[in-house]
Amino acid sequence: MNDFLLLAFVFLTAGVVAVPIATRLGLGSVLGYLIAGIAISPLLAALGVDVISIQHFAEFGVVMMLFLVGLELEPKMLWAMRSKLLGLGGLQVAATTGLVMIVALFFGQPWTVSLAIGMVLALSSTAIVLQTLNEKGLMKTEGGQSSFSVLLFQDIAVIPMLAFIPLLALPELTDVSHGVVSTTGHGAEVALTGDAHASDGHGDDDHASLSLVDGLAGWQVASVTIGAVAAIVLGGTFLTRPIFRFIAMAGLRELFVATALLFVIGIALLMIVVGLSPALGTFLAGVVLANSEYRHELESNIDPFRGLLLGLFFITVGAGIDFALLGENFVTILALTLGVILLKAGVLFALAHIFRIKGADKWLFGLGLAQAGEFGFVLLSFTVASHVIPKPIADQLLLVVALSMLLTPALFIIYDKLILPRSAQKQEREADAIDEEGEVIIVGHGRFGGVVNRMLRAAGYTTTVLDYSASHLELLRSFGFKVFFGDATRPELLHAAGISKARLLVIAIDGKEQINSLVHHVRHNYPSVKIIARAINRQHVYDLYAAGVQEIIRETFDSSVRTGRSAFETLGMHPFEAELLARQFSEDDRHILQDMAEVYDPNIPLQENAAYIEKSRALMEERDAQIFGKGEAYGDRAESGWLPPSGKDVEALKANHVKTEKASHQ
Amino acid sequence: MSRVIVYFAHPGQRHSRANSAMGKAAKTVESITFVDLYAEYPRHDIDVEREQRRLLDHDVIVFQFPLYWYSTPSLLKEWQDLVLQHGFAYGHGGDKLTGKSMVLAITTGGSDEAYTATGYQNFPLRSFLYPLEQTARLCGMTFAPPYVLYSALQADEEGAIVNHTNGYTKLLNAFQDEIFDFAKAEQQATMTFSDLPIREKA
Repeated sequence: MNDFLLLAFVFLTAGVVAVPIATRLGLGSVLGYLIAGIAISPLLAALGVDVISIQHFAEFGVVMMLFLVGLELEPKMLWAMRSKLLGLGGLQVAATTGLVMIVALFFGQPWTVSLAIGMVLALSSTAIVLQTLNEKGLMKTEGGQSSFSVLLFQDIAVIPMLAFIPLLALPELTDVSHGVVSTTGHGAEVALTGDAHASDGHGDDDHASLSLVDGLAGWQVASVTIGAVAAIVLGGTFLTRPIFRFIAMAGLRELFVATALLFVIGIALLMIVVGLSPALGTFLAGVVLANSEYRHELESNIDPFRGLLLGLFFITVGAGIDFALLGENFVTILALTLGVILLKAGVLFALAHIFRIKGADKWLFGLGLAQAGEFGFVLLSFTVASHVIPKPIADQLLLVVALSMLLTPALFIIYDKLILPRSAQKQEREADAIDEEGEVIIVGHGRFGGVVNRMLRAAGYTTTVLDYSASHLELLRSFGFKVFFGDATRPELLHAAGISKARLLVIAIDGKEQINSLVHHVRHNYPSVKIIARAINRQHVYDLYAAGVQEIIRETFDSSVRTGRSAFETLGMHPFEAELLARQFSEDDRHILQDMAEVYDPNIPLQENAAYIEKSRALMEERDAQIFGKGEAYGDRAESGWLPPSGKDVEALKANHVKTEKASHQ
Repeated sequence: MSRVIVYFAHPGQRHSRANSAMGKAAKTVESITFVDLYAEYPRHDIDVEREQRRLLDHDVIVFQFPLYWYSTPSLLKEWQDLVLQHGFAYGHGGDKLTGKSMVLAITTGGSDEAYTATGYQNFPLRSFLYPLEQTARLCGMTFAPPYVLYSALQADEEGAIVNHTNGYTKLLNAFQDEIFDFAKAEQQATMTFSDLPIREKA
């Protein structure tokens, strides 16, 4: 327990100190974590920490990230990406593997080792690239989408690679009896791949413990695999809703977090058991849930874990660098690393040319994916275990992979500082065009927000609705509204709903404190978003006015005025007169409210606010004079327009006419 | 029997004497349709389809209002703008009002002398009503001379207003009973309670 706390303390301290500094310096969080890892590596070594096993644990962050990426991708978007996915991704993996293999052959390696090295280095770092793209808001650009396609293809390609590597085993290295390698059945291979992928450091030795498909025939494996995928798709489609409704009954926030985690871990486990990639499985689940009303809720619940795990992962990459070995072969390894980056970038630029990716996007694509990735670590440890690559070479390659990842943030900095300024305008225009979020966000879809939503939709505006009532949302979903489940007062959910791109935020929830905190958060972080806020009472109006909200709607004021008007009518007043009085009353009241709001100060208690007290006394006297002086507060003003002229007016007209007649006759 | 509808338009009924009395009287005429426009549409949101149906259901359309700046109160103008649509009241296929009659029952602040070439209004009353008269013509309707109470603000509640109101009831009944003499009416510029062109009941 103490060990765990100490370790957590060390890692957290490193991250908390290094990352803000790195982002402040414009280096990005990834480099911050990597540096933090390097900084604490001596300490970890002194404590005897198994960095690699922590790294395998932290790789689960990649699984979570792909789940989140899936959530952002609707099935039809994925379908639209298919040519990029297969074309760009397929060619990148094939070309890079081939070229690296040729280079390795040139250096005198046997073809089997060369091919394995090629596969290891063909993969890029999903963790670093997606994290950086998201951080910089580049995910939806052409370059970002292309990069994502390639990364997704690589993540899928890892599976057949893991199946293939044992077949490359060198005869002279396999003298140690190894059950897996000797088994040539398809089922065993798949079991192995799944196991290796989920390896927790020493999983390579006890791979059989977690496999459903071990020892099954090929067709059985295939049907189990298809069954698992079908289970994810069908479960995601039909089970999410009842499960979340069930959870919502308890009304506890942490239960949602637990459920979301359960989802991701459960799917990952299922994938491992049937021998598929957990990253792929959770990605698929994410895509299935992309249309769900729980999308933003899941997103905001998983996101912190993803962030922490990926951070941990990057720290372990930094900490895992073997400085002794690096020191001995510094020049060789640096040269190899730069060579790998150059080669990979070359392939990527060629592909960008073929696929007509232009301008800044081309550079983003070419520089962003030029490193080797975390799956390279997985493959390397697996190749060593499978006796494909000799350990000394693998150790050096491990350094190359780590160093290339370490250099990736530098490549992004090159993109940021050198490429982007030159094509800044173009980039901006493109980002606008891909805007897919609702232009209006309505928070709360009860009696209040529901009407607003219906009105806006009827007039053709796109809205994104956030609400906390599960059953209510399902009904709305069935009507085809774009509604999402969640507590909008949590900033991350609001962010996921696209507040940064919204034109208008309508706050229609009840609860004064929630409304206030939402207003403060949005005013502070997104000052350009216009706000229309619901006010619970007069005092609340003052609060909102002080917070800088211009459009404040008292939730029951209009209906109260209408009730007063109905009372006038029921008592026999002419409906038009009742209408005029109601209008006059509203106008007066609004006026008073505005006057009072201006002297109100949330930092001064009302009884100490001299200006406020003075103002309310003055207004009260004015009102009293009207009521007691004339017997009617506003009646005469409202009616004066229809008061007919008197006899005096007619006499004046006549006299005036006589005068002008006389003048014209003279 | 002709079907008669009275459209009453007065935004300040609390201050009205002549028009209130007239409205009260018109309401009590049997089988007449009486519409207080400002009561039905206090927020000026006129139901066009319903109004057009009402027009189709009646033969004589009476507009009762105080003359405001030589025209109708604003809601009645709004009513004209919206209800008398092309394709319904005029223009291509707009023959739904053909053969019906339009009658104005108006009160004026000025006296009958004021509405002469030498009076302070400078023009005869009918000249201010040309827009409405032409509206009727364009819609293929007969335009009867207006039934007028001059100097309505000074009118004696026991005398002039009572006489005018009784004449109004008589006029509305005459339209219903189809004993209003349209031919004779055409000779008159205006109508008052004492010169109603009504035939003897057959």
